[in-house]
Amino acid sequence: MSALIRIQDLTKQFPMGGRRFTALDGISLEFERGEFSGLVGPSGSGKTTLLNIIGALDNPTRGSAIVLDRDTKTLRHREAARLRNHNLGFIFQTFNLLSVYTVFENVEFPLLLLKMEKSGRRKAVMDALEWVGLTDKVDMRPARLSGGECQRVAVARAMVKNPKIVLADEPTANLDAENSHNILKMMIGLNREFRTTFIFATHDEKVIGYLKRIISLNDGQVVRDEEP
Amino acid sequence: MIRFLLIGLLRDRSRSLFPVLMVSAGVFLTVVLYAYIKGMVGDMVDASARFDTGHVKIVSRAYHLRESQAPNDLALLGVDDLLATIRTIHPRMVWTPRIRFGGLLDVPDANGETRAQGPVAGLAIDLLNKDTPERNILKLDESLVRGRMPEQPDEILISETFGRKLGVPLDKNVTLMSATMYGSMTLHNFTVVGTVHFGMAALDRQLILVDINDAQRALDMTDGAGEILGFKPELDYADQEMRILSQSFNRRFNSAEDEFSPIMHALSEKDLLGEILEMTNIGGGIIIAVFVFAMSIVLWNAGLMNGIRRYGEIGVRLAMGESKGDVYRSMIVEAVCIGIIGSVVGTIFGILTAYWLQYHGLDFTDFMRQSTMLMSGVIRAKVTPFSYVIGFFPGLLASVIGTLFAGIGVFQRQTAQLFKELEV
Ligand SMILES: Nc1ncnc2c1ncn2[C@@H]1O[C@H](COP(=O)(O)OP(=O)(O)OP(=O)(O)O)[C@@H](O)[C@H]1O
Ligand SMILES: [Mg+2]
Repeated sequence: MSALIRIQDLTKQFPMGGRRFTALDGISLEFERGEFSGLVGPSGSGKTTLLNIIGALDNPTRGSAIVLDRDTKTLRHREAARLRNHNLGFIFQTFNLLSVYTVFENVEFPLLLLKMEKSGRRKAVMDALEWVGLTDKVDMRPARLSGGECQRVAVARAMVKNPKIVLADEPTANLDAENSHNILKMMIGLNREFRTTFIFATHDEKVIGYLKRIISLNDGQVVRDEEP
Repeated sequence: MIRFLLIGLLRDRSRSLFPVLMVSAGVFLTVVLYAYIKGMVGDMVDASARFDTGHVKIVSRAYHLRESQAPNDLALLGVDDLLATIRTIHPRMVWTPRIRFGGLLDVPDANGETRAQGPVAGLAIDLLNKDTPERNILKLDESLVRGRMPEQPDEILISETFGRKLGVPLDKNVTLMSATMYGSMTLHNFTVVGTVHFGMAALDRQLILVDINDAQRALDMTDGAGEILGFKPELDYADQEMRILSQSFNRRFNSAEDEFSPIMHALSEKDLLGEILEMTNIGGGIIIAVFVFAMSIVLWNAGLMNGIRRYGEIGVRLAMGESKGDVYRSMIVEAVCIGIIGSVVGTIFGILTAYWLQYHGLDFTDFMRQSTMLMSGVIRAKVTPFSYVIGFFPGLLASVIGTLFAGIGVFQRQTAQLFKELEV
């Protein structure tokens, strides 16, 4: 059986004032189902760029990223959207909740895109909010939630459709220690229960402490890949 | 999903309220402006038809060439026969003969000496017949200010303004000095029995209204008339129909060899009026175009600012698996909703205002004292069925075009770039 995600000799360059800046430089990696792994490295090492490529939000310059047996480079807009919609959950550093919608509606949104019918939606949303312990804040708008609560909503939103892969870019950067630990423990639980693959991009020691696989990037190259 | 979008639209005021207000304002102005221009031109055409051109007008070929001078030496003769004929050919039209004439009005004092004198613009019409159509065409009863309608030969009406200026007393004799059809000098005594006011400076300045039989006697124009005016019975002008009517008349009666043969022209064939009529037809389109353009730019900018504000939202929606095309489409759906709501609101207020302007009008009398145009000093709007829909053109178009432009700005960026901007 082939890996869930296979990155082969991947290079990403950005145009920069006439020349090209190489953000990722010949990266090869594989991720299996159920991994709880993280891209670690200093600022500018290419973590976000790699996550974006895995998430089919950006295309590699050379090499390929094969996600769930699909080469992201050959996907058209609509197919990439479909891939994200069905299989990928995103969690951001800034929680990026939709401010005009309630907690419930924010979590419901990915299911609307999946065209799930109403009763199924309601159950899935409530289940997801139960995992993150926010069933009492269902009708609140994000502006009235704390940072930790917002990120829990974001986790629920990423998890509600039970995706195969969750990509989390610095999810704890805006949280205090206690909330960071809570979120991470929750994610570990979800990882165990659903065998969801988590890939983090982080330089937060707290996060690194939870990782089962640490991939160190520097200057766009993998310098270490270890399981502590 | 639509419900989801609408919720967002309703809760986020900067996404809904501002654009809706903007669209409403533009639509409002479009509707009011359109109705007002429509009313203004309608009034002009109406006034011109009633007092000058009719819906169609028959004159002699020679008279037509110098029509502005009302040259009565070139008037139509054998008018009774011509009227009888034309009334049988076109029984549904109202036909009425008129003579326009100039002269000097002399107001004597108690001793018969001249007390005041002034040049007149005389209009001779069928004034004495009980069922004269002119009563309705010139709205004589409404326009009467003092005195009464003439009942006997040689009783006349004078414009209130003119009468006051000359100090003409009611029920006293005045003398008209004028020229006959054949060019000799003539004097005729009339009794002023009433005054009229039409609210049109060009008309009210020096008008006297005389019965056509009296004028024929005074001006030696037996069985003659300068002009024969034809009207549709409801007095609503129908250009196409009138043009066809005059063509068929001219084929039958007009002869290039005979300069005294009658020739008919439709109202719109009068240069200025034709142009004005045409301009209003184009005018509606121009108003729409101007507002679509101006509002599109404003809404485009609003959309851009809104789009930038919504980068985060758009980025998240893309990450959740919505395709760019779907996000774009949903923005356009929003724009259509805003366009429709704004148009409805703007149209409602616009129509209400236009109706108000239709009944009350705006008074420009003071600015038009010197005007030579046959135009009422109080200009009113006119609400037509098209007034109800015209606003939707700029309303919808501007909103959608604005969003299209704004959307392009957002979507030319790389998806990942949206996230960059979303992270800061
Ligand atoms: N769209 C772009 N255009 C040009 N350069 C880019 C672009 N996106 C990223 N880069 C560059 O690529 C490099 C890697 O960026 P990336 O965002 O992946 O770093 P990172 O490891 O996530 O850093 P951080 O920890 O600060 O988030 C950086 O030097 C950045 O300036
Ligand atoms: Mg980053």
